[in-house]
Amino acid sequence: MAEHKQPPRPILFSGARLIDPAGGRDAPGDLLVVDGRIAAIGTGLADKGLPDGTERVLGSGLCLAPGLVDLRVQLREPGEEHKETISSAGAAAAAGGVTSMVALPNTDPVIDDVAGLEFVARRAREMRKVKVYAYAGVTKGLAGKDLTEMGLLAESGAVAFTDGLNAVADARVMRRALSYARTFGALIVQHPEEPALAAGGQMNEGELATRLGLAGIPPAAEAIMIERDLRIVALTGGRYHVAHVSTAESIEAIRIGKARGLHVTCDTAPPYFALNELAVGDYRTFAKLSPPLRSEEDRAAVAAAVADGTIDCIASDHAPHDQDSKRVPFAQAAPGVIGLETLLPVSLELVHKRMLSMVELFRRLALAPADLLGLPQGRLAVGAPADLVLFDPERAWVVDEDRFLSKSKNSPFGGRPVQGRVLRTLVDGRTVFAAEQ
Amino acid sequence: MTATTLRFRHRHLLGIEGLSREEITLLLDLSQAYVDQNRRADKKLSTLRGRTVINLFFETSTRTRTSFELAGKRLGADVINMSVQTSSIKKGETLIDTAMTLNAMRPDILVVRHPDSGAVNLLSQKLDCAVINGGDGSHEHPTQALLDALTIRRRRGGLEGLTVAICGDILHSRVARSNIHLLAIMGARVRLIGPPTLMPSCIDRLGVEVFHDMKRGLAGSDIVMMLRLQTERMQGSFVPSIREYFRFFGLDYEKLKSAKPDALIMHPGPMNRGVEIDSELADDIDRSLIREQVEMGVAVRMACLDTLARTDAGNEAGS
Repeated sequence: MAEHKQPPRPILFSGARLIDPAGGRDAPGDLLVVDGRIAAIGTGLADKGLPDGTERVLGSGLCLAPGLVDLRVQLREPGEEHKETISSAGAAAAAGGVTSMVALPNTDPVIDDVAGLEFVARRAREMRKVKVYAYAGVTKGLAGKDLTEMGLLAESGAVAFTDGLNAVADARVMRRALSYARTFGALIVQHPEEPALAAGGQMNEGELATRLGLAGIPPAAEAIMIERDLRIVALTGGRYHVAHVSTAESIEAIRIGKARGLHVTCDTAPPYFALNELAVGDYRTFAKLSPPLRSEEDRAAVAAAVADGTIDCIASDHAPHDQDSKRVPFAQAAPGVIGLETLLPVSLELVHKRMLSMVELFRRLALAPADLLGLPQGRLAVGAPADLVLFDPERAWVVDEDRFLSKSKNSPFGGRPVQGRVLRTLVDGRTVFAAEQ
Repeated sequence: MTATTLRFRHRHLLGIEGLSREEITLLLDLSQAYVDQNRRADKKLSTLRGRTVINLFFETSTRTRTSFELAGKRLGADVINMSVQTSSIKKGETLIDTAMTLNAMRPDILVVRHPDSGAVNLLSQKLDCAVINGGDGSHEHPTQALLDALTIRRRRGGLEGLTVAICGDILHSRVARSNIHLLAIMGARVRLIGPPTLMPSCIDRLGVEVFHDMKRGLAGSDIVMMLRLQTERMQGSFVPSIREYFRFFGLDYEKLKSAKPDALIMHPGPMNRGVEIDSELADDIDRSLIREQVEMGVAVRMACLDTLARTDAGNEAGS
């Protein structure tokens, strides 16, 4: 514990490409970190005098950006520590350039009371890697019936409310949740799927599901829930966020909702713009997600919506599962894939394909999620927490999930050639990850 | 025979999809020879003497399991039946663990039936022996499609150019999927008849015509294949009642008039008399091939066991 007391050394990054989505900046410059905060941004900072013992990092050819703020991570602690722990997820996050992650409440027990929330907070403090925030359930037991103590939970640090992988299916419960949450300005995050339409479904409904003999989930199950919810948002004036949007119709519904001035935002995860249902191939359980991977048309629509800003945030949707949950027949396999260590490189594909700028990418990955949750990070600004990622945007590598720090290896991107490698990650000025050179 | 069977290029028989017309023809030709063999008084051969076949059934089955068992025994193999009730799956052992355990006993061929689509593919990836799909979920049931093809071929001389109507619960049917693939590969025209609730999405992309009206769908058909309607699926969710289903989609003499005058009727069994097929019609020896299908089943399974045993031996010799 002694080392924690010692403030980290000041660091000067010089000549790096500074990416600041808040100021719209993408230009070379210097950035000085002192006492865990960004102390100065400019050029020629070395000539203006540095504190004693400043570490100097040459950043030429590298990008320095705000660390990623990951809206959707399943930590599996408490309850399923054989799949992931707060500590192993923290190490994976740091290696992926993620400096803040928000934990879903679908642990065992679920996080629906103050005690559960405080457990996560305490374990996160002990981990001393990246910042961990927590959702609390919208309903007790994530069962979709009775509201949680949102006010007390918000006071204890819940940044938003969601029933995790369960949709808040009952329209009356959703109305009350959105309405009551207004008391505290709280955000309700929905898993957008009409459960009755999706029941028993294993993959996207369509030709491949028919060939494989797997029960399908119709894309309409997602849009139906979002369209219903948007009417409840209009009714209540609540703040509503749609998690992992995966279809063109959903995006269209959200676009219309935004145009009407409703408080609606949304995110997606890299699999939904980088893969389509064909990844399921010959019953590949690592391509089983919830919502499922969709058609090529839907994939392209998600990528375009990330680019045009209809999709506000990109989250990893990190869902660790061990082999026992995945090396089983497709229908029995647990849905979800890991994503902390592929979030940045797979998202960078959109920049490499010139679909959006580096600044806009970091708006989706850092600034927008931070703003959504009212957090001060996600920007390069003097006085802001020094949560930073230094990465080489060009360096090519091949995804090898066996080398990932996450306890589980269920990545759908294994073997994929990507471009962009995290070299160093800082949280409050402390180096939490440094790549082996 | 070795020269011909070597042209079967697959280590396992997991489905009809992916087989070539030549490979299907090879299996049917070999099956034909076994039909004659099975009609002799002395039915036992020594082709697979010393080989071990395990029937691993995770789903109850009488006719498929018995058919495979007879096929193996008539070829001289040692056949062992394992069913889910007596296996350690019930004790929490995973499918992969079961596979590894069986693998260690060094069987030559494993015949697997499983309620989950893709489970047989998964097992085949973990085993050293050849695997035959005895039916997986709603995916495929290749030996059923082969025995149906053999039955039709013996009556009609071939499959090319025939119009085959498949009627009933297409959505949940592995028999339908395997038959759709096989008939398309062999050049037959396939029609599917059933209510939209029992029709899988995008099924038309498999090269079939879809009908929701039985008489229109049967018009001009040479073969009518009826599928079993699982009773647990009839309670209000997919179709409202048995009597309504039989009224619109059950096969009787009246509806059969729409088909060609010499159209033949098939059913993979077990039948629900009075649900999908009129009881009298099912027993009409002039129209119904249902019992013949069962006979062909043993011959087809002998051909499949024989072919995979040879392919496997060929691979071992080559490696």
